[in-house]
Amino acid sequence: MAEIVLKRLAHTYSANPQSPEDYAIRQMEHVWHQGGAYALLGPSGCGKSTLLNIISGLLEPSEGDVLFDGQRVNELPPEERNIAQVFQFPVIYDTMTVFDNLAFPLRNINVPHHRITPKVEEVADILELTPLLKRKAKGLTADEKQKVSMGRGLVRDDVSAILFDEPLTVIDPQLKWKLRRKLKEIHQRFNITMIYVTHDQLEASTFADKIAVMYDGQVVQFGTPQELFETPAHTFVGYFIGSPGMNFLNVRHHAGEIMFGEMSLPMPTRFVEAIANTDSANVKIGIRPEFVSVHADKRDDALPARKCQVQDLGTYSIVTFELGGQTFKARLAEGHPDFGDDIHVTFDPDQLGLFVDDYRVEVQA
Amino acid sequence: MNNKVYNNRAWLLVLPMLVLVAFSAIIPLMTVVNYSVQDVLGPHASFFTGTEWFRTMLNDPALQTAFGRQILFSLTILAIQIPLGIGIALIMPKQGWQASAVLILITLPLLIPWNVVGSIWQIFTRGDIGLMGWSLREIGIEYNITRNAGDAWFTIILMDVWHWTPLVAMLCYSGLRSIPEAYYQAARIDRASKWAVFRYIQLPKLTNVLVIAVLLRFMHSFMIYAEPFVLTGGGPGSSTTFLSQSLATMAIGQQDLGPSAAFSIIYFLVILLVSWVFYTTIMHMQKDKTPQGGA
Repeated sequence: MAEIVLKRLAHTYSANPQSPEDYAIRQMEHVWHQGGAYALLGPSGCGKSTLLNIISGLLEPSEGDVLFDGQRVNELPPEERNIAQVFQFPVIYDTMTVFDNLAFPLRNINVPHHRITPKVEEVADILELTPLLKRKAKGLTADEKQKVSMGRGLVRDDVSAILFDEPLTVIDPQLKWKLRRKLKEIHQRFNITMIYVTHDQLEASTFADKIAVMYDGQVVQFGTPQELFETPAHTFVGYFIGSPGMNFLNVRHHAGEIMFGEMSLPMPTRFVEAIANTDSANVKIGIRPEFVSVHADKRDDALPARKCQVQDLGTYSIVTFELGGQTFKARLAEGHPDFGDDIHVTFDPDQLGLFVDDYRVEVQA
Repeated sequence: MNNKVYNNRAWLLVLPMLVLVAFSAIIPLMTVVNYSVQDVLGPHASFFTGTEWFRTMLNDPALQTAFGRQILFSLTILAIQIPLGIGIALIMPKQGWQASAVLILITLPLLIPWNVVGSIWQIFTRGDIGLMGWSLREIGIEYNITRNAGDAWFTIILMDVWHWTPLVAMLCYSGLRSIPEAYYQAARIDRASKWAVFRYIQLPKLTNVLVIAVLLRFMHSFMIYAEPFVLTGGGPGSSTTFLSQSLATMAIGQQDLGPSAAFSIIYFLVILLVSWVFYTTIMHMQKDKTPQGGA
């Protein structure tokens, strides 16, 4: 049982870090509560695997502390941290049977024989590995191997957290959802903290209650999938979450109006005031493609745009259009009215987001 | 539709290789087979003897002893070189300039021609000017490879271990390097002991390179010629006369073409048989590890 706290944690691979760019993990504070199902989401190279290895103890952070239940564990190797880790490529002991694989962590800590068998059988039962127990682990399929490596974490009574490092990378797509559901089931059954690293937003949001989105060595937002979608805290989150990602318009304030290029954007007054009050030159308006409406006819509140492409994805269509020299996307429900190349777009005023220097600014109603 | 063009002139393309193999292997081998069933008295005087030479060779007590000696030698060096090679590979540095330096140092013995290896050790072990021979004598150890068969054996084995363990070590090193880091990390998390890591991760991943190492070392040690020939000349007495040296004496020294041809065929078949049995057994064992049938 553990609450994992990262205190002023930072990590660099460079011996003599000069600038924030030298850090794989920039200084951060974070708390993973006992029993939570978390995802660590971000693109390749954002530092999420580094962070995971720091938590598991494979890597010692260069700055700050890792606390397990209030105790500093920075120097403790993984074997002394009561954690289990499932790797991207399944790690199994080829020459052993599935049973021996699952019993291995117990035998290593000299658990008496009569207690090993029931424990292994219990875990095998949960993971649906019982029919395979007597087989050599070598010939298993990738998803079975991944279940075995997860099982090695579950057999130990002292495991308080399981860390997953993109565990479904090598799994066939049709088996992915099955294994993901299994993970969820295990999480509900055992009171174990689970941290799941992935770059797939769908994987993250189906597995986790809360997602930490990492970008450039920082956790830019930590929230539920719904929060990430509705109120992204950073332009990266807006862009990374959602399919397609959020549209961003660079805007400036000019004579009581919000200008996007040479175009005046119809905006609620509170946005005009908020933008007028910022000093920054990096001001963006974000709008999810779901909240962009496309009209065939000219309207007062609509902006004239040019249709570039329509992708029909069955239950919805994605319209790519050009506005002020930039391309944007709108996601329209099935059966939307027809329109020609010249279109008129409106943005749902309740769904607009204001981003100053890439961070979301709440606009008071 | 079958788009293949049938043209028997394509055989012409195989011809150069066929000629090459014929001249380098098939014709010499067939000549040996031809000799082995004849008594060659002179260039134009020979007569057919059937399997007589084979029977003579198999019943020759000197050759039987040499055969036993050969097996003992091969088993001894395998028993030393394989574990030692694995051990060296395990403690070799994994990265940085140290890794390169150690690799180069370790490879050096492999680069020395075989008869030079014999000469080096012949001088090295001399009691008057050889570093090892002299040092041993100075600290009061009776050591003489020309008089004492035990010393001669010890030295030949030491020489072979020095010369060829690097090969085993290099093969194992490459095998160890191919193990993904995640295996070691998982083993740490599973709290595996060093021994368990070796037994369940490293050794299984080394199986394939070890098969190659054992085969190479067996074949070569079973045919060893130049090094002991230069070092001890087969002596003292015939205590270090191995099969290849007996064969060379018979074929080149005494020009007994028939018997030596029969002998070399037996020699060849023994190596082939042992290697085949070993390889098939290992491959069979590996096959047993894979499951039988579906889930």
